[in-house]
Amino acid sequence: MLLIECPWCGPREEPEFSYGGQAHLARPADPAALSDEDWASFVFLRDNPKGVFAERWCHAAGCRRWFNVLRDTVSHRVLAVYRMGEARPSVPETEGAGR
Amino acid sequence: MARYSIWSLARNALSHHQHWPRQWRSPEPKRHYDVIIVGGGGHGLATAYYLAKEHDITNVAVLEKGWLGGGNTGRNTTIVRSNYLWDESAALYELSLKLWEGLSKDLNYNVMLSQRGVLNLAHSLGDVRAGRRRAEANRLNGIDSVWLEPAGVKKIVSIINTSSTLRYPILGSTWQPRGGVARHDAVAWGYARAADARGVDIIQNCEVTGLCRDTAGRITGVETTRGPIAAGKVGIVAAGHTSVLAAMADIRLPIQSHPLQALVSEPIKRVLDCVVMSGAIHVYVSQSDKGELVIGAGIDGYNSYAQRGSFHVLEHQTAALVELFPIFARLRMMRTWGGIVDTCPDASPILSRTPVPGLYINGGWGTGGFKATPGSGFVFAHTIARDEPHPVNAPFSLDRFVTGALIDEHGAAAVAH
Amino acid sequence: MSDRTQDYRLPAGGLIDRTRRIRFRFNHEWMDGHPGDTLASALLANGIHLVGRSMKYHRPRGILAAGAEDPGALIQRRVTGEPARTDPNWRATQTALVDGLEAESVNVWPSVERDLGAVMGALSPVMGAGFYYKIMQGSRFMWQRVYEPLIRKAAGFGTCPDLPDPDRYEQRHVHCDVLVVGGGPAGLAAARAAARSGARVILADEDERFGGSLLARPRTVEGHAGPEWVASVKAMLKANPEVRLLPRTTVFGYYDGNYLMALERVTDHVSLAEAPAGAPRQRLWHIRAKRVVLATGAHERPLVFGDNDRPGIMLAGAAQEYLHRWAVLPGRDVVVFTTNDRAYEAALDLHTAGATIHAIVDARAEPGPALPAAARAAGIRVVTGYVVAGTTGKTHITGASINKLQADGRAQPHCLETIPCDLLLVSGGLSPVVHLFSQSGGKLRYDTDRLAFVPDRAVQAQASVGACAGTFDLAGCLAEGAAAGAEAARLAGFDPGRGAGEAPACDSEPALGSDSPLWQVRYAKGTEFDWGKPFVDLQNDTTAHDIQQAAREGFESVEHVKRYTLTGFGTDQGKTANINGLGVLAEALGRPMGEAGTTTFRPPYTPVTFAAMAGRDRGDHLDPARLTAIHDRHVAMGAEFEDVGQWKRPWYYPRAGESLHEAVARECQAVREGVGILDASTLGKIDIQGPDAAEFLNRVYTNAWKKLAVGRVRYGLMCREDGMVFDDGTTARIAEDRFLMTTTTGGAAAVMDHLEDYLQTEWPDLRVRLTSVTEQWSTVGIAGPKAGILMARLASGQDLSPESFPFMSWRPAIVAGLHARVFRISFTGELQYEVNVPWHQGGALWDAILRVGVDLGVTPYGTETMHVLRAEKGFIIVGQETDGCQTPLDLGMDWIVSKQKPDFIGKRSLSRSDTARPDRRQLVGLMPKDKRRVVPEGSQIVEPGASRGPKPVPMLGFVTSAYWSPALESGFALALVAGGRARLGVTVSVALPSGEVPAVICDPVMFDKEGARRDGLPAA
Repeated sequence: MLLIECPWCGPREEPEFSYGGQAHLARPADPAALSDEDWASFVFLRDNPKGVFAERWCHAAGCRRWFNVLRDTVSHRVLAVYRMGEARPSVPETEGAGR
Repeated sequence: MARYSIWSLARNALSHHQHWPRQWRSPEPKRHYDVIIVGGGGHGLATAYYLAKEHDITNVAVLEKGWLGGGNTGRNTTIVRSNYLWDESAALYELSLKLWEGLSKDLNYNVMLSQRGVLNLAHSLGDVRAGRRRAEANRLNGIDSVWLEPAGVKKIVSIINTSSTLRYPILGSTWQPRGGVARHDAVAWGYARAADARGVDIIQNCEVTGLCRDTAGRITGVETTRGPIAAGKVGIVAAGHTSVLAAMADIRLPIQSHPLQALVSEPIKRVLDCVVMSGAIHVYVSQSDKGELVIGAGIDGYNSYAQRGSFHVLEHQTAALVELFPIFARLRMMRTWGGIVDTCPDASPILSRTPVPGLYINGGWGTGGFKATPGSGFVFAHTIARDEPHPVNAPFSLDRFVTGALIDEHGAAAVAH
Repeated sequence: MSDRTQDYRLPAGGLIDRTRRIRFRFNHEWMDGHPGDTLASALLANGIHLVGRSMKYHRPRGILAAGAEDPGALIQRRVTGEPARTDPNWRATQTALVDGLEAESVNVWPSVERDLGAVMGALSPVMGAGFYYKIMQGSRFMWQRVYEPLIRKAAGFGTCPDLPDPDRYEQRHVHCDVLVVGGGPAGLAAARAAARSGARVILADEDERFGGSLLARPRTVEGHAGPEWVASVKAMLKANPEVRLLPRTTVFGYYDGNYLMALERVTDHVSLAEAPAGAPRQRLWHIRAKRVVLATGAHERPLVFGDNDRPGIMLAGAAQEYLHRWAVLPGRDVVVFTTNDRAYEAALDLHTAGATIHAIVDARAEPGPALPAAARAAGIRVVTGYVVAGTTGKTHITGASINKLQADGRAQPHCLETIPCDLLLVSGGLSPVVHLFSQSGGKLRYDTDRLAFVPDRAVQAQASVGACAGTFDLAGCLAEGAAAGAEAARLAGFDPGRGAGEAPACDSEPALGSDSPLWQVRYAKGTEFDWGKPFVDLQNDTTAHDIQQAAREGFESVEHVKRYTLTGFGTDQGKTANINGLGVLAEALGRPMGEAGTTTFRPPYTPVTFAAMAGRDRGDHLDPARLTAIHDRHVAMGAEFEDVGQWKRPWYYPRAGESLHEAVARECQAVREGVGILDASTLGKIDIQGPDAAEFLNRVYTNAWKKLAVGRVRYGLMCREDGMVFDDGTTARIAEDRFLMTTTTGGAAAVMDHLEDYLQTEWPDLRVRLTSVTEQWSTVGIAGPKAGILMARLASGQDLSPESFPFMSWRPAIVAGLHARVFRISFTGELQYEVNVPWHQGGALWDAILRVGVDLGVTPYGTETMHVLRAEKGFIIVGQETDGCQTPLDLGMDWIVSKQKPDFIGKRSLSRSDTARPDRRQLVGLMPKDKRRVVPEGSQIVEPGASRGPKPVPMLGFVTSAYWSPALESGFALALVAGGRARLGVTVSVALPSGEVPAVICDPVMFDKEGARRDGLPAA
């Protein structure tokens, strides 16, 4: 079970959180101007890296705030936690653990 | 291929089984193949088999980074059924089920198909509507699916708790008698042996590390841990890692990889004769031929490539299990494991050409790919051989996400297995 | 009286309570043991080795080990007079002896001594690895109807209880600084060192007693005999308030983030009468540890040779443990077969205790210096360079045949002699228990000196010490344990103090020679099959021959071999089988041992009770039921309830003798002709505040919100980005910067999450705050032509008449003396007021309405009546008319999709080619030509006659809702039909299994199309 550090409440167990998938996806400012392909890309296409992933979590059973997490999808290690609107911190791209 | 039979078994018994041939060769990769299948699971091996059998394309290699059937083929709960809601899905899964029914004979390998019936329970009035709707759609699609009232459920599984005191009482169920289970490993091995016999090279411990394209963007082969291999066409059939491989050709997919866990109990004497699934309270269970209860549920919520999940997910499904089957409470969990499943936004797979000529993708099966193994291989082989989809998999193209013609199987099966 | 008299119990010694006898039954015989015994030790004390039968061949199985690793001694556990408390597949070696214990052999018929299943042994020549894949593939019918049922009947060991479990289970969640797993010498030393620092320490051991190997072998630590030293350390730890001791607690799983799961057997080791009142049977621990010290010990490996599976063949270390811990001599005429010096100590101990050691057969040419010499000095025959090639006996071993090893390492074709014996001790070396380490993500490394897989680099905050790290000597275990305990405390932020990590002193042990690898006894060419089956996995009957066959057939990966031969797939998960299996495979493939790695060590270490995993999440606690403040009134009125999400909602209120149909007809009539009331408290309610609240609504709903006046209410539809309808409800403007949104009952949480998501992550610039107020307001809907009269009585002195209080507006009022918000909205088509009062006053409001409305015939109605009334009006229910695949336009709700707004969530998706198709399924009404028919919801719609045609039958759509309408005096339905809006008046068929029902497509609004009734009837 993951231990996730909510930037507002501190470390809490995974069942307190809900998952929001890929972070840093900006909703297009003018959807009407997009082609069907570009719109589909926003709605459906997602990064799905094996390794470090910037993703969104919500402390659903706590402060109910959304925030971003850098987590390795192989080792499950949480590498960084940061608030919405903050830039993605730099961490080594691959952890090297458990291929 | 030396045929298996009771006679060959008896003959080999006399020589202490010293003279069985290899079930498949272990060849060195050639420098060029007409078709390379990336992924030696059930779907990939089936694709190679049908390429050879149905399309006479035998200069084929199946590249597997680990061992055959070591991904989701060997990690699922082996449920086979075809009672899907939408016409497109029903056609695909029913094609599969029909192939399943002749598979042991076709492959000369007993894949232990056991058509003991599948119940999908309804626990709310909404479930009842959805279940009836699905059963009726199935009936008109020629699939043997019926709706049962609680008394009918009890008749099939006397040990199930149909009491109204259950937190979410059983209000009915769909029932597909032709559904059931099969032996997962045997499916991989049986296809491997039969494909090998038709000339397909099965190459294990060979990880694809890159996809090669010419200046026109057409696929020309793959880079592997055992060197480059050229190919006219490449099919990606690497459940769990579909996104990783597609990214090698700069293709982004509507797929997310999640852990899916399962568990078995200790083997006990026969107590459960069909497959019972409950999408609403999140558990499904059957009893293997060894006597173990095989139990699964939904995915873990986060993206992962780790083949392991969180324990609380198993706790929830076990709680649901012992409510449905109070006599199972004292039984014990013997082994747990996890796989990586590719989930699509509409809970339906992708069986498609791609924007890269010569590159084909078979993935996004979510939690329900095992049952589709034969049909998936059959139509994917067609797609690769003819460079156009078979009518059955035409709706499962990548461009459905652009047009909006999704095949949303969430609604009728919250746990889409 | 029993005729068994514990003949094999020594007159003194052991850690058992001889002052008390425990009567227990094994199969049909009653016998005695003592507190402190396991079932296995008590059986051995009574001279019983034969416990069960194997899976495939039904070979007799005895007691091989003394702990969790035993593969064959499985029983069905029963308790006298407690039919519901029976457990299959318990290991005799881990079953505490308690009064009333009744143990039965499993997988045998009629008895374990004469088991008819043993005829399978005659078929064993054909039943090689994977034989079932090669046959029975020709006929689906024969396989499924004949063969598979036979296999299924034969499969499995014990039986499932046939009664629900009366016991209770609980779970605890704890954090600690240092978790020490394993209470042997290394674990005790670690726990003691860590505890000195003041850190919170948990020490868990699967055994009832701490001590591990110190209970099994005579050793002296810090001047005390092993068990005494254990007792003193335990006492010291117990006195420390920061330390939690968990005996009988198996740490069975190691998960991400140093999260470990453990199962404590709280009362399984005592009889029901002795169990403390209120104690659960078992307790599941969720432990989040800052640091973990693994001190899980090692398992001794058996040796693989012909007929190595007979009862009476036992691990040498296990025999030593039975002797010292339970004062049991497992046999009197003993042969020892070993590849190492440790077994000599076991032989010497048994010799001292009175057994006759007929020979120690050592496969090595050169044993070590000390113990073999001691054995010889004691007069024991030591035969080096020999192996046991085969055994004799049926249900118990009677002799061991010894053969000399040739220069090529194979046994000579002929045996030197067959030595009669009743106990054959075997020892193939030690395998570290690396299960938890491996589960933690750590990689293993094959150590060619120790001949074992040992932990390589730890990837979590963890250290492995003692035998589980490949350190098999006591001094080493104590030293590593103490050092790791102190270091773990330090890394957890505590000061262990000087000397905490120093090794406890112990008396020196005899010097050991080196082990020699012997994964299987190899036989001279041509004699491989002359010595019986060389078992690797004693539970699943996997032999070395099976593994070799698998390798020949091309199964080269260890996982393939495991799966093809079922090695390690039993209830013991191959604790004694896996490493030998790897060795046999390596030899078959001609590869060095260890090169191919191991199979995965999967949780759990030993099996875990389902009920313990469920804990208290049983019965009503499986998922908490949400109840409104008026719930008890509904119960008192005899309501039937419907589960909607987590809520219990009144479905209908049957009067004596009424069916659902009759009750709903009555309730419908009451609303259409008089007045009815509905508990609508379960609708989701979200308080939306802030200067940008209107802008926010404008973006999340499909229609326009900015111009809604304070005091007014508007209906809204919400889509996801894919353009499909997600939720709906009314939203009222409470103030310029404040709205109250309602959502569907089932969708409330998802809507709240959806809104928070957009607000926080897409539009953080919007000054808006959301608060769920679902459980702040109780809501009662009052609907019907007489609702106005009722409302006037409830809100006397306030003019809430339809004339001055327009439709789709709200106002504060005093209703029945309560401060209320009253909304004039209608889901029935009738004049309707929705009265909101503070949650806890819901019951009072309900009572008051019923009281003042008696003469009006005020009638409570449930969700079923609500559904009928709204369907008559063509109002959708999200989740019933929608399944996630409908746009607002599919539902005929173009009127609510703003053409002016440049954007709202999902708008862009509506113009995609498939989404804009004209022949999409559209919401329509459906009137059966035979008015008496109410077609089942979910029925499919086809062109007339089509369902009699070939399958697949093209389907036009399906019935989303269908009811009997008392107002229309007809059955009717809502349906989604392809291109339906262009086909009004067309006859289609509802395809039922019994035949087609003709029905006419019509407008979905079927009652009061003009909406005349929403302001009440002039006549009323």
